[in-house]
Amino acid sequence: MAEALVSLIHKKRSAIIAKWFDSTVHAYAPDTAAFLKSQQDQFANPVGSSTRKGIETLLDQLMGDMNGEAIAASLDPIMRIRAVQSLSPAQATAFIFALKQVLRDMFDKQLQDPGMARQFFEFAARIDRVCLAAFEIYVGCREQVFELKANEMRNRTFRAFKRAGLVAEPAGEEPQD
Amino acid sequence: MADKLLKPKELIDRIGYQPPQTDWMDTPIDIRKGMYCYASNPKSVANLGFPNARPWNPTEPDWKLPENWQQIIHDGFKERLERFRSFKVFMDICVRCGACADKCHYFIGTGDPKNMPVLRAELLRSVYRNDFTRMGKLLGKANGARPLTLDVLKEWWYYLFQCSECRRCSLFCPYGIDTAEITMMGRELLNLVGLNIDWIATPVSNCYMNGNHLGIQPHAFKDMLDFFVDDIEERTGVRVKPEYMKKGADILFITPSGDVFADPGTYTAMGYLMLFHYLKEKYGLEVTWSTYASEGGNFGFFTSHETMKRLNAKMYAEAKRLGVKWILGGECGHMWRVINQYMDTMNGPADFLDVPVNPITGTRFEQARSTKMVHIVEFTADLIRNRKLDLTPARNDYLKVTYHDSCNPSRGMGFFDEPRYVIQNVCNHFYDMPASTIREQTFCCGSGAGLNAGENMELRMSGGMPRANAVKHVRDAHGVNMLACICAIDRAALPALMDYWLPGVQVAGTHELVANALNLPGQNDRATNLRGDDLEELKAQAEGETDE
Repeated sequence: MAEALVSLIHKKRSAIIAKWFDSTVHAYAPDTAAFLKSQQDQFANPVGSSTRKGIETLLDQLMGDMNGEAIAASLDPIMRIRAVQSLSPAQATAFIFALKQVLRDMFDKQLQDPGMARQFFEFAARIDRVCLAAFEIYVGCREQVFELKANEMRNRTFRAFKRAGLVAEPAGEEPQD
Repeated sequence: MADKLLKPKELIDRIGYQPPQTDWMDTPIDIRKGMYCYASNPKSVANLGFPNARPWNPTEPDWKLPENWQQIIHDGFKERLERFRSFKVFMDICVRCGACADKCHYFIGTGDPKNMPVLRAELLRSVYRNDFTRMGKLLGKANGARPLTLDVLKEWWYYLFQCSECRRCSLFCPYGIDTAEITMMGRELLNLVGLNIDWIATPVSNCYMNGNHLGIQPHAFKDMLDFFVDDIEERTGVRVKPEYMKKGADILFITPSGDVFADPGTYTAMGYLMLFHYLKEKYGLEVTWSTYASEGGNFGFFTSHETMKRLNAKMYAEAKRLGVKWILGGECGHMWRVINQYMDTMNGPADFLDVPVNPITGTRFEQARSTKMVHIVEFTADLIRNRKLDLTPARNDYLKVTYHDSCNPSRGMGFFDEPRYVIQNVCNHFYDMPASTIREQTFCCGSGAGLNAGENMELRMSGGMPRANAVKHVRDAHGVNMLACICAIDRAALPALMDYWLPGVQVAGTHELVANALNLPGQNDRATNLRGDDLEELKAQAEGETDE
């Protein structure tokens, strides 16, 4: 893997996270972004706090062994909230790609070197994979929202009908295996 | 979400990663699916005699308003400024310090700046300045004033129905501005031109015509309670006998109709039935239900003062007709704000009723001296305190419980300790959520004030996120698997919220937990809980999870 680039990123980890977090919260209106950045309490600002925590682990995974479970676990809280906010799918997932820009800006000089540029392409391919994972989670959450809508409707009516004896169960015995 | 299929070119053109960077007044309204509730059914609006009953759709440009709608709103605004001193003060005194801005669960969850309480109030204030203040008339936009255009009206409708009137923001306002009251006034004004939502208008109409929000007719109401009687017998071996409209009973019991029809509230209703049976067998207390006053909630509260008064009146009319001593209210949220803050000057004082005294313990409920209505959790807490209940809390040992303070009982009546006292006496494992998310600082379920419809699920899930986040904390720290509450809207709304954010955490009314611990005279071995689940299996399952 791109060892030289990873060690560069490692050295600048907190600066990169700060910049990445900045561009992540800019999916929101300026006032909201300011709040998400400034309020540190995890209960007063659950969106900001879980987003910050999530991207920290994501960066570590991108630099490390790309563990699928760890990536999904850090993406889930971010995508779960974005899936129910008024963001388009593109707006909800764009923050992953923003990391490429953050790295390009930060290591502009180093990336002039062809060897380093090659490493960057490798790293960028990892970012793409994370983005696809994010999109899967986003769509999963959307499906869950639709299921919740459908189930609430069904439970409200079907259960009442059943209690009132208006639903006929299929006759006969359950099939044996 | 994409609302229609787009051509590739349209798709590329429309992709923008950032929202508009404009000032709030210049940011046009964007009505998003999932964030609003459907428009009201015209039949319901007509039933209530409200103006401008017609079918309309918020996503269409024409909202079919009366021709002189601007005048109607202006006159309505003026009338309310004169009638309600608080409204006038709240319009004038905000200094935009921002203390409330980040306290709203809808702002925290949706990230939409117009859900900051200060901006939601500014939607009305900007029009107030334009229409009623000299500076606003002279300076216009420079003074934060703007005329009421159709777009502004649409913005009112969209954002006033993204406020659950929970009042968390007002807790932090140095001037004590009650933003919920501003929302209430705004909704009243919207109703004058026929802009409501069906999740409110139809329950109000049902309640007005049939006595409860769900429109359950008397025979069906009794049928449902009969099913509960059967279920209780199956699970406990005891057949309870509820009384209906019994003249001369000691107490009239009124609960939200959600408890009678919607799970998991139904188990709470079974809990009430078991408690009343126990009290009758042991102490001869006579509690009666009514199929006429069969709604503890009051969605009129989310409509207008007059509508709230109309729906509230039947509780007292029924208490008078039956000649009971006082009224016991079920586990409900907003019902208690209506009772504690408005009832006395709307339909009270209820002089024909006694100051509530618990005949079993002798406790006089001084706080209900004027309204004559006691919350069932206060009542049960008093019974437990005086050791009048025979309880086996170990039956709830498979549960690790936390408690969600409903906004209205907590902020509207300072009701913090009684529910915790009851839960801790019927359950052995209780863990509170962090201090900044409970008691007077409690986060709303995200579905209050008539917003627990299905079509606005995105609003409910994002608005409920701060609450779910606090539950997650106690689940991760202590293995909490049960979220207890004392509100029917919570019981309807929180299960979906938990499914989305914290699958596996269940929701129960407090009296379901009480009834599971309560020993009835002549009961069987109580091998299951009220939901019919085997207690041994649940216990083994819980122990397995702890071992992991």
